[in-house]
Amino acid sequence: MSTPEITFTKEELARYNRHIIIPEFGEAAQQKLKAARVLIIGSGGLGSPALLYLTAAGVGTIGIVDFDVVDDSNLQRQVLFDIHEIGKPKVEAARRRLEALNPHVRFILHNTHINSGNALDIIKDYDVVADGTDNFPTRYLVNDATLLLDKPNVYASIFQFEGQVSVFNYVNRQGERGPNYRDLYPTPPPPGLVPSCAEGGVLGVLPGIIGSLQALEVIKVITGIGEPLSGRFFTFDALNFENRTFNIKRRDDNPVNGKNPTIHELIDYEQFCGMRAVEEKPVKEITVQELYDWQVKGKKFKLIDVREPYEYKIVQIGGDLIPLATVSEHADQIPRDVDVVMYCNAGVRSLKAIRELEEKFGFGNLYNLKGGILAYIDQVQPELIRY
Amino acid sequence: MATVIIPTPLRKFTNQTARLQVEAETVGEIIEKITVDFPELKKHLLDPQGSIRSFVNIFSGDDDIRDLQHEKTKISQSTIISIVPAIAGGI
Repeated sequence: MSTPEITFTKEELARYNRHIIIPEFGEAAQQKLKAARVLIIGSGGLGSPALLYLTAAGVGTIGIVDFDVVDDSNLQRQVLFDIHEIGKPKVEAARRRLEALNPHVRFILHNTHINSGNALDIIKDYDVVADGTDNFPTRYLVNDATLLLDKPNVYASIFQFEGQVSVFNYVNRQGERGPNYRDLYPTPPPPGLVPSCAEGGVLGVLPGIIGSLQALEVIKVITGIGEPLSGRFFTFDALNFENRTFNIKRRDDNPVNGKNPTIHELIDYEQFCGMRAVEEKPVKEITVQELYDWQVKGKKFKLIDVREPYEYKIVQIGGDLIPLATVSEHADQIPRDVDVVMYCNAGVRSLKAIRELEEKFGFGNLYNLKGGILAYIDQVQPELIRY
Repeated sequence: MATVIIPTPLRKFTNQTARLQVEAETVGEIIEKITVDFPELKKHLLDPQGSIRSFVNIFSGDDDIRDLQHEKTKISQSTIISIVPAIAGGI
């Protein structure tokens, strides 16, 4: 990338002085940063440090993709936000914070779910993409979109105490293209086998470490300094403080850019990840509005909460506590003569509980509360604590 | 004895042991032994046909066994085998 037309004001030269005085970096690398357009997908745990450091570093244009609003439970790790931003769109909260950090950067906000319909359009105008999303369909979507558009994709992922980083689809000075996510993990795990951070948790400082590494690799890709983590795959175990860097290679059978590609456009990634696979049998559901109607009308039914005891302490909506792991041993306490509504925080664990009870004990009167306690709080009792 | 590094999400199936010492000559033998010793690991590492799942990467030293001889990859006493499943968290 040649950037002779990029110039700096006195204020910018003063601000970026600590970069420019590094001999290997200099004004040339700072110019490349200013000329660059970087897209950060997800402004959460990984996106927070990545956005803060890339903004501070002086990347010229930063796009932010996020559809979510700031929630109090985000603040344990999403250091971009504070209590004054709760309930506000993340992209807007992020811009307020980042503009106050560096007024020399231009921000482009994409307050939307990235999907197969809009991904190419969103990504096409950027030079580098950094993926910090939280689910497998979006990981494969971003991967394929960056391959189709020929963009490098700086990948990072976290779970509980583990982090992963790599640079995908990077073309080096010799013109050799590096591997991508489909070379590393050809297919995703079936739904339910690998829990998400929302279900499995994550130590708050971990995305701080891994998202900072992601920012580092973005800077290296843009400026060309050092050796980007292409063809290599870094893993970090925060518990044992062990890190390893593995070698990874392109695969001939990669369906997007292997020897005989079969994918030439974006596909349905929910389906690819098995999210829409036909389940054994649908479970009966009830909306929070219907539950509220039952409560108001005094209908006779039983409410069961399958969350953990510590969650029960945070907030409850009147159900008897039977944690998911113990539903089978307490099956005899679940009535069969009235309708039973089961719920958890968002509706996933209660779905599992109902499936287990139906399969093992043949229940036919169980209803899953759609959206769980979170939906109930949103629509019925907004004064309760969300988490 | 080769060393097998178990990732944190799978340690609940190995009594929280992070490193296992296994006597074996190939990667396939290692996987077989640890899934016998810790049966709950099996469904996370192997598909119903008994092949290593495609979202679980096994590295012998620094290299992906798919770039070596897959399950037949020979190992030595000092080999470190790493099991690295796909994770997707970010927010």
